[in-house]
Amino acid sequence: MYPASFQYSAPTTVDETVALLAEIGDDGRVLAGGQSLLPMMKLRLAAPAHLVDINGVGGLGDITVNGGLQIGALVRHADIVGNDTVASASPLIAATAPWVADPLVRNRGTVCGSIAHCDPEGDWNSVMLALGAEVLVQGPDGERTISIDDFVVDFFTNSLQPGEMVTGVRVPRADARTGGAYLKLERKIGDYATVGVAVHLRTGDDGKITEAGIGLTSVGHKNLKAADAESMLVGNAPSDELFNEAAASAAATADPVSDVRGPAEYKRAVVQAYARRGLAECMNQIQEA
Amino acid sequence: MKITVTINGADRTAEVEPRTLLVDFIRTNLGMTGTHIGCDTTSCGACTVIMDGKPVKSCTILAVQADGHELRTVEGLKHNGALHPIQLAFKEHHGLQCGFCTPGMMLVGASLIDRNPDVTEEEIRWGISGNICRCTGYQNIVKSIQAAGATLKEAAKETSA
Repeated sequence: MYPASFQYSAPTTVDETVALLAEIGDDGRVLAGGQSLLPMMKLRLAAPAHLVDINGVGGLGDITVNGGLQIGALVRHADIVGNDTVASASPLIAATAPWVADPLVRNRGTVCGSIAHCDPEGDWNSVMLALGAEVLVQGPDGERTISIDDFVVDFFTNSLQPGEMVTGVRVPRADARTGGAYLKLERKIGDYATVGVAVHLRTGDDGKITEAGIGLTSVGHKNLKAADAESMLVGNAPSDELFNEAAASAAATADPVSDVRGPAEYKRAVVQAYARRGLAECMNQIQEA
Repeated sequence: MKITVTINGADRTAEVEPRTLLVDFIRTNLGMTGTHIGCDTTSCGACTVIMDGKPVKSCTILAVQADGHELRTVEGLKHNGALHPIQLAFKEHHGLQCGFCTPGMMLVGASLIDRNPDVTEEEIRWGISGNICRCTGYQNIVKSIQAAGATLKEAAKETSA
């Protein structure tokens, strides 16, 4: 299968890329790993007139830790798997990477590309929603950061403006007071999630929950933030009862459809079970730290 | 667009459209048909090639993206006329039946044992999880990769002895 014809450019700097994207306008698309975009183009579900390949752009392949963990736009999923820097800065990010696609796709596909793609069946945006990530963006007017809540707009839709590109993503650092888990149900390796649930918790000195994040995969028109469940958790002492209530609330936020991967009520039940397990797993991590 | 790739150690230059997929470039422009087209949807791994040392699915990469890069295909496994240990092991342990997935399986297997000749069965099963075989049930593929790892280890011992 061939994609429809397109023009191809391979700039070598971010400035050049942004200038090119601004000039091309709506018909342009950034090509990073291409593991989602190229299959869509081959199936003619996407037909951009101009691809701007950023694989030759310098400085986008770095993983850095300062205030938070920062992942550049050309960091492949495989770069995260088994990476000690990532594992200590954000165990949740490290634990999620092996669940994305299969080993060959992970060698090519990028974390930021998956974030920008906004496929509601993508894993990363649930984790980013749970962690409260910031997307680093550069455009014709300079750099800005967009909170992941504002970045994920809808089905395959992000909030980038014409001429803008994602240069990286930043998540807060984990520590002894945080726990995180991504639970994914998939029919086989490499398949999209039937259901995915990402959970992040932080506790304070008094043992009460000070931060809670829950992101849901494959159960809505976009990756969903279970905001009601999150606010139910914050300010309270962790307990089985609280986690059961929060998990039920996350299941109520989910808006699954029945399809080849299962009926809607089944998926909703999985959300509830996974949210409960994820919350318990976060507390285990905090207690063991 | 004119592109040049280094494939199995040799530089090859060709004129391609930007939409030409790497797998079609290898098969049609370069006439090397060891790399197969299976699902054509990034699922099966029959089109696996090694690009800059890492196995990737060549149906999901543009040929223009390989410009200036190094590729290894199943044709490049042979060294000085002798079969690669992974090829010998697939033959010895019946690691194939119809043979369609075999180029991808051998390239992924070779890269797994290159990294660690002692690769465990579990690591192999995870490692080949992006490659689909519809004949063997994977049992003999796993055995073949493990056996090839053992051969590599033995060879390394002999060289260092």
